[in-house]
Amino acid sequence: MKKIEAIIRPEKLDAVKDALSAKGMLGMTVTNVNGRGRQKGIALQWRAGEYRVDFLPKVKIELVLSDEECQPAIDIISRAARTGREGDGMIFVLPVENAYRVRTSDSGDVCVTVK
Amino acid sequence: MNSGDTAWILISTALVMLMTPALAFFYGGMVRKKNLLSTIMMSFAILCMISVLWVIYGYSLAFGPDIKGLTGNFSWAGLIGVGMDPSTIYAVTVPHLAFMAFQATFAIITVALWTGAVVERIKFGALLAFAALWFTLVYCPIAHWVWGSGGWLAQLGALDFAGGTVVHVNAGISALALAMVLGPRKGFKEGETMEPNNIPFVVLGAALLWFGWFGFNAGSALTAGGLASNAFVTTNTAAAAAGFTWMILGWINRRPSLVGAATGAVVGLVAITPAAGYVQPWAAIPIGAIGSIISYYMMVWRSKANKVDESLDVFACHGMGGTWGALATGIFATTAVNPAASGLIDGNWKQVLIQIAAIATTMVFAFGVSWLLAKALKATMGLRVKEEEEAVGLDISQHGENAYGGVS
Repeated sequence: MKKIEAIIRPEKLDAVKDALSAKGMLGMTVTNVNGRGRQKGIALQWRAGEYRVDFLPKVKIELVLSDEECQPAIDIISRAARTGREGDGMIFVLPVENAYRVRTSDSGDVCVTVK
Repeated sequence: MNSGDTAWILISTALVMLMTPALAFFYGGMVRKKNLLSTIMMSFAILCMISVLWVIYGYSLAFGPDIKGLTGNFSWAGLIGVGMDPSTIYAVTVPHLAFMAFQATFAIITVALWTGAVVERIKFGALLAFAALWFTLVYCPIAHWVWGSGGWLAQLGALDFAGGTVVHVNAGISALALAMVLGPRKGFKEGETMEPNNIPFVVLGAALLWFGWFGFNAGSALTAGGLASNAFVTTNTAAAAAGFTWMILGWINRRPSLVGAATGAVVGLVAITPAAGYVQPWAAIPIGAIGSIISYYMMVWRSKANKVDESLDVFACHGMGGTWGALATGIFATTAVNPAASGLIDGNWKQVLIQIAAIATTMVFAFGVSWLLAKALKATMGLRVKEEEEAVGLDISQHGENAYGGVS
């Protein structure tokens, strides 16, 4: 079981969500985050002159999948979130020990497997 | 007594009252999230405190019977003798109480104006103490000099229709003095980014200031007629010209920003304040536009120099805008608008000199007394919050409140 943490452009959230759901991957948790990478920051206008903001708004998508479904999901997300410019984001994959569904008390792969 | 005049003064009083909470939003939107409430609180608490002090003794000190041109005496303290009948000296067509209330709103906003210089690090108790002392020892005397019957600057012939020197030069230069004694915010010298938390609040505040300013300037005609209408038109025109100019200046530099346009409009309102009832409507355009340019470059210089953390540029906006406005009054005043005033365009160059004298005296007196008061408070009660209180933000550390509570 793996957890995917994908940090993407906020405007790509819908595309990523739709691409994942087309393959039956419905579950995800989405957070507004701020961060920086190669894109660096941005200059914003103040009353006279500018100020720099070093952290840019991004969206973080978290989803947990079985080992076999992980790589396909990564491919889907990369394709859907890509523009080719700096700032497209990063995808991290983490091992997950177990998962439990609160409603049914099921545990293991059955909770995260695509229907 | 004239019921039309009375109605207009009462409405104007309410309009100017609204300017102080408007200022609270104007400033509040510009600070970091953690200091939003504390910044709004400064203006709101001053609205409460100065309203009361004005009734107890302030009105008497500023407008009461004159002592040697320098101050009023205490004979109107507690509003003794200030009643429903008109005064024989001020605004003779409206109840004396109405004139008193109108003037109260000017005192309130002037005190609130300089709070923009000290946001995000001043101790709330120290702010109130400074406000009370400054009101008593700086605002009331200067208001008396310029507007009080027998005041020495009024005798000299200084023109200040609605408060260019009394309100704006005064608050702007005092802001500078207080900020210098208080010292910069943590991280200011290091160039730490201090992001404004809510630009819509800034614009909401600026828009309500603009709205209230009709009371400020057109109300200062003290009658409901042609002069008030002239002041009304010059006020709107100057604000618009200045807001547009600032937007263009920002655009030349990089982008036309909303916060810039809003700031420009406020500067235009400041600049037209002393002139509103003395100049023709066309003159409001150069007064607003030039005011914007002066203030803009003052702000650019201030942020490049990075020496004094006069946080929200009260001096650049009000000090410089007010100075330009007071000078411009000496230039553009004409008897065609107001028989009481003629300036350079009427061939009366002496008026410019008188205006300079009024500006200079206000600056020297206000800066000096503010500096001394700030030093005295620093040595006794202390001006700043503790370092960790500043880090956590003044909303929590001074007021125990959070602007946006809850997890979702």
